[in-house]
Amino acid sequence: MRGEAERLGPQRAAVSTAWASLRAVYMIWRRDLLRFWRDRARVLGSLVQPLLFLILLGTGLSSALRAAGGSTFAGGLDYQHFIYPGIIGMSVLFSSIFSGMSIIWDRDFGFLKEVLVAPIDRSAVAIGKTLGGASQATIGGLILLILSPFFGVHLGALDALELVGLIFCIAFALTAVGVAVASRMQSMMGFQFVLNFLVQPAFFLSGALFPLQGLPAWMTPLTRIDPLSYGVDPIRRVVLSASGLPSPLIDRLSLTLLGQPVPILLDVGIMLAFGAVLLAIAVVNFRHQQ
Amino acid sequence: MDETVVETRGLIKTYGRVEAVRGIDLAVHRGEVFGFLGPNGAGKSTTISILCTLLSPTAGQALVAGYDVTRQPGAVRARIGLVFQDPSLDDQLTARENLEFHAFLYNVPRAERRRRIDGVLEMVELTERAGSLVRTFSGGMKRRLEIARGIVHYPEVLFLDEPTIGLDPQTRNRIWEYLHALRRREEITIFMTTHYMDEAEQCDRIAIIDHGQIIAQGTPEELKAGVGGDVVTVTTRNPALAADEIRRAFELEPAVDGSNLRLEVADGASFVPRLVRDLTVPVSAVTLSRPTLDHVFLKLTGKAIRDEEVDQKDAMRMMHQRWARRR
Ligand SMILES: Nc1ncnc2c1ncn2[C@@H]1O[C@H](COP(=O)(O)OP(=O)(O)OP(=O)(O)O)[C@@H](O)[C@H]1O
Ligand SMILES: [Mg+2]
Repeated sequence: MRGEAERLGPQRAAVSTAWASLRAVYMIWRRDLLRFWRDRARVLGSLVQPLLFLILLGTGLSSALRAAGGSTFAGGLDYQHFIYPGIIGMSVLFSSIFSGMSIIWDRDFGFLKEVLVAPIDRSAVAIGKTLGGASQATIGGLILLILSPFFGVHLGALDALELVGLIFCIAFALTAVGVAVASRMQSMMGFQFVLNFLVQPAFFLSGALFPLQGLPAWMTPLTRIDPLSYGVDPIRRVVLSASGLPSPLIDRLSLTLLGQPVPILLDVGIMLAFGAVLLAIAVVNFRHQQ
Repeated sequence: MDETVVETRGLIKTYGRVEAVRGIDLAVHRGEVFGFLGPNGAGKSTTISILCTLLSPTAGQALVAGYDVTRQPGAVRARIGLVFQDPSLDDQLTARENLEFHAFLYNVPRAERRRRIDGVLEMVELTERAGSLVRTFSGGMKRRLEIARGIVHYPEVLFLDEPTIGLDPQTRNRIWEYLHALRRREEITIFMTTHYMDEAEQCDRIAIIDHGQIIAQGTPEELKAGVGGDVVTVTTRNPALAADEIRRAFELEPAVDGSNLRLEVADGASFVPRLVRDLTVPVSAVTLSRPTLDHVFLKLTGKAIRDEEVDQKDAMRMMHQRWARRR
């Protein structure tokens, strides 16, 4: 036993820090997914809210619009179909926020200390948590994609693949927000504040429930600084074009910047840049944490 | 071989206006069990946090396993194991998963991992429950698992912050058995804090800390020898008067603690009869004892290290933790 301990010491020190950090990212990510899998009931529970919006609000408003104007929401498009991409965005948003909360729980339960005292670069904590949360959010989005036929949305395999990629990018950026906020926060109470004053407005301003064109002058800028707008927009473009809607109509229902429709790549670029900045903030915060 | 593995020089930590640690000098030798003894709020956890790189000192220097805790925190972290005062397990994972997570983060080679984890589980007698969620464990089982986790990666120094707090005497004894077994099996240095006197007695050397300062350091025997001879405790309804009489008759300075008077005498057995003969104040009890660390602490600080109030504080803390956990 004694000889072994001596042999292991130097060997351990020789492992490069980059490799050790990668391993730590993997382990932290893995733990998140393990807990996610253990807590399947909660996962299903987290789908209730999006489904309520889709089924009740979607069906209700679709019928109301037909009854009022005798027509669909826009050019043959049902309201339910219109909000479907927005609700995916919502599910990703709330699930990302949950990852932020899980960090505060870890702090409360002391587990965070165990990670912070380990011989790893603290950036691994921020990155591992962000990837873990993003993976969970993506799984939630995936379930909604699988349910798409029930909401009159029919997607090809390639569209679905593109959507999964998009959802992961958005989930990554939004989880980075949650992790960055939680990296500085000591209590759940503070998080409640964030939830009410940042997350809810972000949802309503994102274009999830209504198009972001022709809004009052005070509202338009708010929707444009809402990062979620750049998440809902590309999902909607892919879903609507997969449903065969003409592109002028899609452009009319989508996000514009300075009067120009925003291409999907720009949406994704903005989203990823935003996520990268917040992840960097989270890394700095964890590095300086005592 | 008296190689130093933990060393501090003039260690200071202030939180705003609170001076938690006020100039601590320590030297812990390789392979010993070093006890850090002090009452609540003395600065024990603060010192451990600094040694484990979780806090940076306001001033002073600390070396652990030969590395500076502020300049080479990574090297220190790779060489230490730590059992926190407050629980730090993931209770949604199983015991084995907690250990795997830890072993992986600490780079225990793949081939070793399994064997090592099985070994520590066996040592703390949790082999049978390895696959159960930690949520279903009792407090003592969780504590044992945390100790197992602290050593799974072959640390050179194991820091234990009140490893037995809130546990029943039986579990406390078991934990001590593990620690002694551990020390026999592996070349490991154990640095532990406690405010149980009987635990401090089991350490090779101890340092007594109060108000952020070390007030005594040495083996338990050395410290007790410092008290001098035997301790005689006199219980009386009129301590002030009794103290007066003792001062006059024996030229001794008794320490008054409620209705108790404590005296240090060279030969207790021959002193007690003389005392009983000469005192006019009614005495309800006289006890003669060998000095304990309690007496050492009393002598150095003039107060008992652990009284009912402190016990209650710990009980409250445990209750609060349990409650926090349930949320
Ligand atoms: N984060 C903090 N901010 C301000 N003061 C602190 C902080 N942590 C500890 N202190 C103060 O520093 C002093 C030493 O605390 P510490 O936790 O080191 O004591 P301890 O010896 O471990 O006590 P216990 O036996 O209760 O665990 C106390 O007065 C405490 O109030
Ligand atoms: Mg403490």
